[in-house]
Formats: sequence, C-alpha cells, structure tokens
Amino acid sequence: MAVLVIADHDNATLKDNTEKTVTAALKLSSDVDVLVAGKGAKGVADAAAKITGVRKVLLAESDELGEGLAESMEALVVPLMSGYDAVLTPATSQGKNFSPRIAAKLDVAQISEIVDVVDANTFVRPIYAGNALETVTSSDAKKVITVRPTVFKAAADGGSAKVETIPAPAKPAKTHFVDQKLVKSARPELSGAKIVVSGGRAMGSAEEFQKVIEPLADKLGAAVGASRAAVDAGYAPNDYQVGQTGKVVAPELYIAIGISGAIQHLAGMKDSKVIVAINKDADAPIFQVADYGLVADYKTAVPELMAALTAAGK
Amino acid sequence: MKVLVPVKRVIDYNVKARVKPDQTGVDLANVKMSMNPFCEIAVEEAVRLKEKGVATEIVAVSIGPAQASETLRTALAMGADRAILVQTTEDLEPLAVAKVLAAIVGKESPDLVIMGKQAIDGDNNATGQMLATILDWPQATFASALEVSGKKAKVTREVDGGLQTLEIDLPGVVTADLRLNEPRYASLPNIMKAKKKELAIEELASLGVDTAPRLKVIKVTEPPKRAGGIKVETAADLVSKLKTEAGVL
Repeated sequence: MAVLVIADHDNATLKDNTEKTVTAALKLSSDVDVLVAGKGAKGVADAAAKITGVRKVLLAESDELGEGLAESMEALVVPLMSGYDAVLTPATSQGKNFSPRIAAKLDVAQISEIVDVVDANTFVRPIYAGNALETVTSSDAKKVITVRPTVFKAAADGGSAKVETIPAPAKPAKTHFVDQKLVKSARPELSGAKIVVSGGRAMGSAEEFQKVIEPLADKLGAAVGASRAAVDAGYAPNDYQVGQTGKVVAPELYIAIGISGAIQHLAGMKDSKVIVAINKDADAPIFQVADYGLVADYKTAVPELMAALTAAGK
Repeated sequence: MKVLVPVKRVIDYNVKARVKPDQTGVDLANVKMSMNPFCEIAVEEAVRLKEKGVATEIVAVSIGPAQASETLRTALAMGADRAILVQTTEDLEPLAVAKVLAAIVGKESPDLVIMGKQAIDGDNNATGQMLATILDWPQATFASALEVSGKKAKVTREVDGGLQTLEIDLPGVVTADLRLNEPRYASLPNIMKAKKKELAIEELASLGVDTAPRLKVIKVTEPPKRAGGIKVETAADLVSKLKTEAGVL
C-alpha cells in the first residue's frame, strides 16, 4: 500500500509535525510520499525530500494553496488518492480544516487525531478530552487520518527523495481569501516547544498575564500557553490555549501557573515529560498530574523562581 | 435569512468521563448531559444574527435519542424559533451526521448553517467540514467573528499562529470556535416560552440516508495514569530538582 502525508509548513519552513506524521505513516507502509501544497514552497519541498523513508515529494503551488483554503486542498488531494490507500495529515488547525473534506469527498470516515497505529486498519485515538482511548478498525478502502503529532518521534533526515511538481487545482468559486494576521513572535511555537509556561485564570488580567508569564517564558526560552479559563476571560489570545479545544502539547517541561487543572486543560498537556504546578490552592487538581508541585501564590513564587533561575545560571 | 443550527447532546462539560469496566465505551448512565459547549456558541451566534435583524428564522436540529429534545428545548429557550429532532438510538459517526444534516438542509433550505467546531465526546472536529463538502457549499471553520451582509459572510478564523479572514458566498457552513461569543443563559420566562415552540420529530429511517458505521470500536480503555509527584517547599528547591533530578533545565 502507498501512503500520502500532507506536509505542515508556512511556505517558508517545514514544520516538524511533518516528520512526526511521516513516522506514523511508516507504521502503515514503507511507500510514503509527502505532499507540499503552498506558494513559493520549493524550499519546503526540498526539506521534505530529506526526511528518511520518504519515497517522493509532490509539490503543488497556487495562491489559494498558499492561503491554505480548505476547498483547494481537497480539490488537490482527492484526485491524487487514486494512487494511495491512506492520507495522513498532522492534526493542526489547518489539517483539521481540510482533512474531513477529503474524507467526505471519498465517502469514507475520518479517523481523527490518532495516537497509535495498531495495524494498517486499526488505530488508537483519544475521545472525551483524552479521558478515554478508543481503538477503532476501519472498513473503508481508503483511510483518511489526522495524526496527533506530539506522540510520534520525528523521522530523521537522511533521505534524498525526488521532488515532482504537480498542477494546482482551479480557484474555489465561493470562498475568497481576505487577509491573514499572524502574530510574529521570537518565542518558539507552542506545539513544538521544549518548554511551555502556561498561565491560568488566577492571573486576573491580561496585563498581569504578560507581566508574570511572559518574562518567565523568555528566561527559559519557552513558549507561552494558557488555560481555557484565561483565554475565555480575555487574558491571553486563543492561540495560546492548551487543552481539549486548543492545542495539545507534550514538551520536556510544562510549567502551569495559577491553573487549577480542569479536565479540558489536562487533556492538552498531560503527556508532557515533566509537569510543574504552582498554585496557592493545595487541593487544585493540577497537583494530581504534576511531578513537582509548589503550593504558593504565584505573585511571590514567580519572582522567586526567576531569581532561583538566575542563581542557577539561566 | 434562515439559519440552521445543529446541536448535540453530550456529557456535561464539567463531568469527567469514566471508561466502562468491560471496555465497550464510556459510562453515560446517570451522568449529567448538556448541550455541547460549541453548539451553545453556535446557537448564541444565530440568535444574535436574529437580534441584529439579519436572520429571520432559526431552526435548531439534533440527531439522537428522545432525550435530545431537552437539548433542543435549551436551544429554543436561548432564542431558536423551532426545532427538529431526528430520532435514533444509534451513535452516528461524523460522516453519517453530515449526511443526515444535508438531508435536513435539503428540506429546510437555510441560507446559513452555524454549528460547533467539535463535540466534546468524539472530539472529531469533522462534521461541519463534511457537511460543506457534501452540499458543495463554502466553509469557514473555527470562527471567532462573523459578519453577514446580503449574500455574503465575512468570517474571522482562528488559525495556527493568528487569524485569517475569509469571505464566503451564502449559503455556507460556519463552525464556531470558543471566542465567537459568550452564550447567554436562558431566562425562566424564555424557558417557559420554549415549551410552546414547535419541536418536530422525524425518525432517522424516514430520511433514507446511509448511516452505516465505517469504524468498528474494538475497545475503549483508560489512558495511562501519571505517577504521583512530589511537593517542593521553595522556588529554589524546584529549580534544583528540575536541574539535577529531572534534568530538564
């Protein structure tokens, strides 16, 4: 069988969600191709060609593919599926946007956010905010799968696949791109960061969130996250949201500050290697998943933590 | 303009799902059930469109058991005008739900479908996209702002790293993200009024839609538990443990 992986990228750089999805794909088959759909994305395709285990890279370019329009992605991928038995897409907001369209067009189920491949037809996926793991077998001839990248190791570089340019589909008639505002940040991206510092509702205001969480994150070279409660209250942008309905992260170190640990939040971070919780409520559920808990008011604990990090040479 | 809002009855947001000992699924007996939070946001957005004079009629639709009529009553109490329950005891997959909704769209001819981006039980985040595909309507998912003018909708979407704005020609499908609005609580008078609103019941079989499952659930298990951690006394303690014991600094 042959498997197509759809690359995650921003037209300039290939994101490691792609290498992680290739790892999942290689568990299905040794014939893995990568599709790079974008605009001015030749460099991305060249990077994808270096991933070990990749047979071939397909490159399609147009304005709409560069803008990531779901209709265009579907129109590009569906005809390609005559040559593949499965298509795997990283479960990013972009992937989640277009992958179900491919499934609907092929009249197959989407197997969403898999965390394990049991065999070519059987997969494990989290449901109920990760409070349960469902093992499902698909009876569809073609599999449309999204992959939770954080649970798979990135496939290493070392390959030298060919890059083949393929035509882009026609412009969608009823969807029009207006604009895109991406936040420019010197910090690492949340979903791939080695360290994440997250703040919760205890911050009390957006100013406090910025004053407390961001300097600590910058000191550690960390990404900034937030609980849904903090996002709901407007203390942090939605893009920071870690949890069931936000991003799922699994960094080396996750520091939760003033976060009580609602089920929805734990769903997004409990696979982190080391979890630190700072909360003044000793009974907060976050302490049940924390490797290191500090029962303290963040107002005193964070400055002390900053000082201790400085003393430790950070 | 007519707006169709699909809603789903799910385990209450604040209840922790427990896996059944026989691994056949999650135990929903005697568990509090509520409207899926993202569906609430979708209903609220439709009601706001009506309050602005943009929408003229809001039809809420749910697919599920008889008890899903309670979820529809909530939508009616929030401000939907009437409701349709497609009754079934089967647990439908997103593709089947999209096909059933497409059949309802065929009967109702709405100008806009607003629905939640994901249900908090299956966590698929797929139905809206599938519905748009089946109908060949444009889609705008993960909406954090919606402006309807004439036959067009301008939708601000939550994307990785920021916001994207799309304009779609109506009819279209919009899926709601968290920040689209803050849903209202239904007032007591409105709850009373909702009891008098029309709630039509259709049997799933009468729609003639193929809803056969494509996935077979082999088992449902509990995720591995994290081993308990320790409490540290001071920030300095914490840093030294992270450095020497955990080795992550």
